[in-house]
Amino acid sequence: MSIKYCLIHNNESILIDLIPILNFNDFNEVLSNILVNEYLLSAFFADPEAKELYAVCSNNQNGSIKIIRTKIDDNKFESFTNNFPQAHLFEREIFETTKIEPLNHPWLKSVRFPKNSKSKIGDIPFFKIEGDEIHEVGVGPVHAGVIEPGHFRFQCHGETVYHLEISLGYQHRGFEKMLVNAPNSSTRHLMEIASGDATIGHVTAYAQLIESLTKTQVSMYDNILRSVLLELERCANHVGDVGALAGDAGFMPTQQFCGRIRGDFLNMTAMICGNRFGRDVIVPGGVNYQINEEIAADLSQKISLGLKEFLDAARLMFDNPTVVSRLESIGTVSKDDALAIGMVGPAARASGIIRDIRHDYPSGNYCFANIPVASKISGTVFARAYVKWLETQSSVKFILEQLAKLKKINNSKKQSKTITTPLAKNAISVSLCEGWRGEICHVAITNANSKFRMYKIYDPSFHNWLGLALSLREQQISDFPLCNKSFNLSYCGHDL
Amino acid sequence: MLDILKTRLTQGYQTKKYPKEAPVLPERFQGLPEINNSNCGTCTICIDACPANALKKENSKIVLDMNKCIFCGKCETLCPQKLISFTRDHSLAARAKQDLLLNEQNSFLKAKELEAERLGLFKKSFNLRQVSAGGCGACEADINVLTTLSFDLSRFGINLVASPRHADGMIVTGPVSKNMEYAVKNVYDAIADPKVVIAVGACAISGGLYENSEETLNGVADILPVDLFIPGCPPHPYTILDGLLRLIGRI
Repeated sequence: MSIKYCLIHNNESILIDLIPILNFNDFNEVLSNILVNEYLLSAFFADPEAKELYAVCSNNQNGSIKIIRTKIDDNKFESFTNNFPQAHLFEREIFETTKIEPLNHPWLKSVRFPKNSKSKIGDIPFFKIEGDEIHEVGVGPVHAGVIEPGHFRFQCHGETVYHLEISLGYQHRGFEKMLVNAPNSSTRHLMEIASGDATIGHVTAYAQLIESLTKTQVSMYDNILRSVLLELERCANHVGDVGALAGDAGFMPTQQFCGRIRGDFLNMTAMICGNRFGRDVIVPGGVNYQINEEIAADLSQKISLGLKEFLDAARLMFDNPTVVSRLESIGTVSKDDALAIGMVGPAARASGIIRDIRHDYPSGNYCFANIPVASKISGTVFARAYVKWLETQSSVKFILEQLAKLKKINNSKKQSKTITTPLAKNAISVSLCEGWRGEICHVAITNANSKFRMYKIYDPSFHNWLGLALSLREQQISDFPLCNKSFNLSYCGHDL
Repeated sequence: MLDILKTRLTQGYQTKKYPKEAPVLPERFQGLPEINNSNCGTCTICIDACPANALKKENSKIVLDMNKCIFCGKCETLCPQKLISFTRDHSLAARAKQDLLLNEQNSFLKAKELEAERLGLFKKSFNLRQVSAGGCGACEADINVLTTLSFDLSRFGINLVASPRHADGMIVTGPVSKNMEYAVKNVYDAIADPKVVIAVGACAISGGLYENSEETLNGVADILPVDLFIPGCPPHPYTILDGLLRLIGRI
């Protein structure tokens, strides 16, 4: 039997020619066989120049990533969405950016409404339910809070929402187009603003990808510090989310406490690098800062206190039956649905999917760690809050262990590390990283000049927005803020 | 109830006494840049390395454009003569774009308060509508954090409100993606005159790293008159608070 696909590890690069080019029938068969076995479509994109399709699949079993590719004729291929709903947004994106058409896709709407797009932003036919007493509620792009823009369209009967459709693209900045022919001096900084609250996650994925394409080794110290930063980012955001859920359930004490404690976690990141979001600390090749014993000790003390205060604040909410019943009764996404639409991150784990890149595809310092995969099966708003609460605790425990390992180095001066080796030519590399929202996937294909021919970014939000839409079915409109906050997805990470 | 009070007691009073007391900033915080002596001949190391295109030479002297600067500090690290340095001054807001151009002669002109008419209206009650237009979420988060009990924005009479109809002005973040252009204009039009526009972050001021993207504008000043520019990527919450307070004459 001939080779049908390529198996690579996380953060491994291979020559593009090593991936066999299948004819579409074989591709269809191989990909279907893979996806039927609970694989996640981590990336699925088209190379418009070569008229090729690439599918990158991952699972939680064997630590290898499968890459499959095919050549397509006359800009068309048979859609996978009808059998594998998780392909729906990938295929819409392929059609939007390359005009290669997935035939028989249920509804090829625009994803990001880029320049020269056929439809104007927001001006699309929405899914409609008809009937005398059906009414429609439209919200956005500008929302009532300090939040990014997006449009939400609810189909309701009385208070009951039958269907929610989410139309994004307002944050589209032409991100991937700017990465063609990169890397250059601003590329790393651009990665930091792909989704600002997941700065560390995205820049880690990028740095590891560059390292794999240049065969660069990162020191143990730098890997440890990277993992500390990634977990700090997770803590800050999870703490904020738990607090915000309390607020949306009308329980102010936890919200007020957590809002402040979230800031404390951000300030801990700033203790390492001066910036609350971890800007300019992780670079291809390592990290720009080191921390001396004094900072490490101070951090350990602050983070232990932060956790204690968070647990105190969260207990007020979890001990309150009114709040818990409010959270327990709404926003259910079943495990089957979550698997079918390819959900990732804490939201997927709250629906019973054991999927965590730190565990399934460990890289850097995570190869030496054993972080428990927090999960719950109910898939409700409460389950998502609870998973975040669990993860915060294991992250803090992990950070404390790592800080204890770090103590020896004493250099407080900022470095400016760079990699001068050119990227491998005509190669492909995949980098997966468990950001606080879930799987961040970066894929790069290089050209003969060691520059990016294509660079694809998949924020966890790309997988999960449909999960939010499903969670609102048969719920009330007033449940929307809670459901939304329990996912807390990124608009800019989706829109790029 | 008793549990709530007990937790409140354990956590203590957490609101910072800014601006009466100086803010506690991280040890490695990089604030207002200083150009010590720009007589560096033909050397262009910093200009070539700057990811934000924020450095240039005018008459062979270095000019640092805080409209674009993302405060990564690369120029400070790379300059062989150590001519550029980042101080710990968090106060960075300015009323005009040209005030944010730094060279060795000019000392930085901090934001002045609004003119009498608007100052009279907004000094004690200032309601703002935040609009993200291509922002990455970091500037938004650092604005949002001002409403937490650490900063307690409302003690200055400043509130972030849910509708432009309730607002005296707007805070824009992000480079203004083309897909948000009409919404930003609509929000502006919906605010009653006289009003204020504030740009927060390098993207909103100048387009930042999106300067060359065909899907974005180069900041909100491309379409609206801006009264206050708060640089940074993202600006520290104290930098934002300082800017707001200066604008309404409270610092």
